[in-house]
Amino acid sequence: MHRYVLKRIILLIPVLLGVSMLVYCILDLAPGDAADILAPDDATLEEKEALREELGLNRPVLVRYFEYMWKLLHGDLGESYLSPVSVWSAFTQKAPNTLKLGLASVIFAVGTSLPLGIYAARHRGSWKDAISMILAILGLSMPNFWLGLLLMLLFALRLGWLPSGGADMGLRSLILPTITIGTGMMATLTRTTRSSMLDVIRQDYLRTARAKGVTEEVVIKKHALKNALIPIITIIGTMLGGILGGATLTESVFSWPGVGRLIIDSLNGRDTPVVTGCIIMTTMFFSVVLLAVDLIYAFVDPRIKAQYASKSKKGGEKKDGEKAATA
Amino acid sequence: MAKKQQQPKLDANGERKQRSQFGEAWHRMKKDKGAMLGLAVVSILVLVAILSNFLLDYDTDVVGMNTKERLQAPNAKHLLATDEYGRDILFRILYGSRYSLSVGLVAVAIALVAGVTLGAIAGYKGGAVEEVIMRFTDIFSSVPNMLMALVVVSALGQSMLNLMIAIGVTSIPQFVRITRATVLTVRNQEYVESARAIGLSTPQIIISHILPNSLSPIIVQTTLRVASAIISASSLSFLGLGIPAPNPEWGSMLSGGRKFIRDYPYMTLYPGLAIMITVLSLNLLGDGLRDALDPKLKN
Amino acid sequence: MMSNEEVLKVENLTVYYELEEETVKAVNDISFSLHKGETIGLVGETGAGKTTTALALLRLVPDPPGVIKSGKITVCGNDMLEVPVQKLEEIRGKDIAMIFQDPMTSLNPVFTVAEQIAESIEIHEKVTKHEAYEKALEMLEMVGIPRERGGEYPHQFSGGMKQRVVIAIALACQPQLLIADEPTTALDVTIQAQVLDLIKNLKDKQGTSVIMITHDLGIVAETCDKVAVMYAGRIVETGNLDDVFNYTLHPYTEGLFNSLPNINDRKAELKPIHGLMPDPTNLPAGCAFEPRCEYACEACKTQQPELVSFTDTHKAACLRYAEPGFHVARGKKHE
Repeated sequence: MHRYVLKRIILLIPVLLGVSMLVYCILDLAPGDAADILAPDDATLEEKEALREELGLNRPVLVRYFEYMWKLLHGDLGESYLSPVSVWSAFTQKAPNTLKLGLASVIFAVGTSLPLGIYAARHRGSWKDAISMILAILGLSMPNFWLGLLLMLLFALRLGWLPSGGADMGLRSLILPTITIGTGMMATLTRTTRSSMLDVIRQDYLRTARAKGVTEEVVIKKHALKNALIPIITIIGTMLGGILGGATLTESVFSWPGVGRLIIDSLNGRDTPVVTGCIIMTTMFFSVVLLAVDLIYAFVDPRIKAQYASKSKKGGEKKDGEKAATA
Repeated sequence: MAKKQQQPKLDANGERKQRSQFGEAWHRMKKDKGAMLGLAVVSILVLVAILSNFLLDYDTDVVGMNTKERLQAPNAKHLLATDEYGRDILFRILYGSRYSLSVGLVAVAIALVAGVTLGAIAGYKGGAVEEVIMRFTDIFSSVPNMLMALVVVSALGQSMLNLMIAIGVTSIPQFVRITRATVLTVRNQEYVESARAIGLSTPQIIISHILPNSLSPIIVQTTLRVASAIISASSLSFLGLGIPAPNPEWGSMLSGGRKFIRDYPYMTLYPGLAIMITVLSLNLLGDGLRDALDPKLKN
Repeated sequence: MMSNEEVLKVENLTVYYELEEETVKAVNDISFSLHKGETIGLVGETGAGKTTTALALLRLVPDPPGVIKSGKITVCGNDMLEVPVQKLEEIRGKDIAMIFQDPMTSLNPVFTVAEQIAESIEIHEKVTKHEAYEKALEMLEMVGIPRERGGEYPHQFSGGMKQRVVIAIALACQPQLLIADEPTTALDVTIQAQVLDLIKNLKDKQGTSVIMITHDLGIVAETCDKVAVMYAGRIVETGNLDDVFNYTLHPYTEGLFNSLPNINDRKAELKPIHGLMPDPTNLPAGCAFEPRCEYACEACKTQQPELVSFTDTHKAACLRYAEPGFHVARGKKHE
């Protein structure tokens, strides 16, 4: 098991290297660079050249990339072109806000969609199921920036119950952005929960449980749900992993001071180090969460645990398997 | 009890089998009200997109300003109100369907061609080729889609073509994965082996024997992807990175209406509704196709 | 050993599966009863309605599409179709338990086997979690699995061992009535005998009544006191073991015996019953066995035969016995 984790972590390295290179090079393709933006409007070509020299922009892209990577390997994400802060501090300043928003959204989504999905599955084919599924597909089809604007219009501008933007009113400023992001997540998760529960709900082992006298409540919440959990966890994991990079639009709608807005502002300012740094951090976060999710599978499903174990040390476990088979 | 769900027999004659399979799927889908509604709305939208070019004059009806009639509430002349330049929102939304649908379709076409090709090669060839393709797919898909599209579109610059490319490129991984997975399951079927035995070349085998049998999941994925591509396109436009301003792209119309949202919510309300209806009907259609093409999945 | 206490009484049970386009008539108007300590064999081909009958006894027919159309089921004095759900859950597992047919799918893959046995004990007996687990390990030993393996998951067990676990679950609370649905079908021949022995021992020790569902007449001969032969959702012949085996009345029962290899005459050809069971969505108006029956007459096509008593214990549903002197080739005549 440990070796499996280690292997997965090692496999992350080329992926992260690839991502960084990809992003760095794509951004370099863009017409115009930070010098164009930083230089005053009346700057001459020479002055701009000098600025490029100063920022190191005049050297070939691969040289700059390797230099960048060299620093990255030492834990240095570089300096922002546009503001006098390091990329690391720019990122860490915004990341908590985005994480807070993302976590709240995932909690909102899980809290609403699990009951709804299970409910729909238990009443499959009835009007209750139909209504749940219509709600889910509506949530899935709604562009979240639009939903955000509608929520803002109603609850902030018309009713005045909640702030229309920013992050400085604590929980109250969190509510609207959370619902905005959470609705889409909820839609996906409700559908996954329903279909996963439907796969399980007709299994023979639930009949065994009922025949033991287990109450229907426990049959569903314990016996069925634990078996239906793998796809649900996968989706929750993807959502958790995506929270750093997935809030761009909502952050922009609600002026939420998070990573998404930092990336957009930096893109507009051609601040390549900040964009690359943020994306590398986001990707790393995403991959680590997905790895964690993979490991959670092992706790939910003993069969997967056995697989992991046999992957990491083939010889010893195989004997065990044979023992079980012949016994 | 379960004896009703007999699958049509696999045979080496790809074409005949396909027709009966899709005939059956169509028969099943006709019973699905949601899917038929989706199909109807999508058809109407396509029609609107084509006809709006002939019925509306771009310069006067779509982008022409008319400050005398600015910011009107919905009325008999302007059913869905007017914007801050006095342009009719209904006309702009109708014309805007051209952008959303064409970006959605072209972007997914790009992803489809590239993804299916790469996925089929990876699945069929295996070995080092597969390894390389799949690692690249991993790299690509480990960046959140929206961020990747943002980066690509800001690097290429703002234009409709670049928007299509950005969204298309970010949708490639899903198609690679799906195609590879289905090819892997079909690859070792006997009829593929027999095709190899009679000396067909690899591309011939892939195109005429393997792909037709992996078609169902790809069709479903395509439909659903068009829906999400439309959302992505309007999202990027909303952020000011998509189709630039005077053009009536739904996302940028919505973005333009933000300033007036308190008193004239129409400018944000209606374009968003248009996006939602379009995406909803594509999703309904996609769900229906999935249930119809793969009855096993439906329980 | 036999007492007169009636553990189970089934009266006029009818179960349908109502699908969108059609209705599967799985069980049609069957009645039987079982006393304490008795074993009844429910015999018939696949699709005869045996498992549906068993599930109906536990009120576990999957609904939808399954519907218990009519009838009355009394288990240990409880009207199973009328009791409230809470009472039903008390009865299930405690008074009546079932060994399911397919051990591969009948165990929950994400809980250890001891947990699955202990759950039943926890529900029905006033014990702590720990005591229930201890007792579950004892049950495992009783079915011949070392207690050390209680913490393992179903995927770590072979088919035969899974079946033992399923049996242990069913027996965990010493039920009054045990339904064994083809308990040996999924097993190797060598394990089959062990499993049957196990059930038999437990029956002898605890005085459990057993419904043995099987298509194997050998198992019936070995374990049962009474037999009910089912065909297309009906009981076509029922009686004591001796009645049915030695005084066979129904042509279908005769067909079942004829399709067995004869140990006394190894050269004799097997005589299969020709044709297939009728489509349960479209049962014939008359006797369901008529199309395959070599004794069939005109009346069989239109008239539904009723179960008729031939002795106190022996009943059969065949119209031909209306004719004086008629008897199937096999078996002795009742005097």
